[in-house]
Amino acid sequence: MNWGEFFAMKGYGFYVWGSYGVALLIFVIEIALVRHKRIITLQQLRLLRDAEKEE
Amino acid sequence: MAINWFKYSAPSTFYGLAGKLVPWFAWPSAILFVIGLYIGFFVAPTDAVQGEAYRIIFIHVPASIMSMFLYLIMAAYAALGLIFNTRLSSMMASALAPTGALFAFISLWTGALWGKPMWGAWWVWDARLTSELILLFLYFGFIALHASIDDPRRADRASALLAILGSVNVPIIYFSVKWWNTLHQGSTVKFTGTSMHVAMQQAMFITLVACWMYAIAMTLARVRSIILERERNTQWVAELPEVRS
Repeated sequence: MNWGEFFAMKGYGFYVWGSYGVALLIFVIEIALVRHKRIITLQQLRLLRDAEKEE
Repeated sequence: MAINWFKYSAPSTFYGLAGKLVPWFAWPSAILFVIGLYIGFFVAPTDAVQGEAYRIIFIHVPASIMSMFLYLIMAAYAALGLIFNTRLSSMMASALAPTGALFAFISLWTGALWGKPMWGAWWVWDARLTSELILLFLYFGFIALHASIDDPRRADRASALLAILGSVNVPIIYFSVKWWNTLHQGSTVKFTGTSMHVAMQQAMFITLVACWMYAIAMTLARVRSIILERERNTQWVAELPEVRS
């Protein structure tokens, strides 16, 4: 079996790779969002602390 | 050795523990996905009835199982928060919801891509599909309701009620293929055994474990930010090295 045949999935390639592709995309986006939220949360905490210091 | 479990119900101790645990779930999850999908695509044989299209099963079934289990776990945490007024339980419920919603979406998406070549339709208003769609909306409802109330403790209580009431839907999804005459096929893997090829079973089991570990890693990573946000006025947060720098 060559790779061309493998990706064709005997005519079901669009459905099979469309399923796995979107699932992978969702996982990647979720990981990015969770990391982004951590960075933003830490930034906000520092801003809050600096604002309190100035008062 | 006695472990004081109550110690970890305090957000301040759980924050550090969760941070240490994340990589221990994230990396095994990635490795198990690779192994499970390798078996699923290169070892498991072609299905006699559905040809190669059946290979969607290795993401569709684990995602569907996760969407239901995560909802029940979320509802259980929300209920604990409601009954015992424990802050961390409510934070865990909030941290579980987005991951659960994403698994419900993956379940519906991969189901549509499987339904089209097998049934000739992306979507049918079948009991299984409709109850899974309701599950996705329950997740959205939980997230939206929590976000719409400014006082976090009141938001916890209101959304907990929604989560608990919505959990009735989970057994409906599970038994829908038995109770109604649906287009969706019945369970292939039953408590009494299965007719599946052994390599198919292995691939599905391994990707299911991978999904579990992924969900745990995501929830623990997300709850850390929620803890920081909601405990921002406490001394221990101010003293964290990542906040002080």
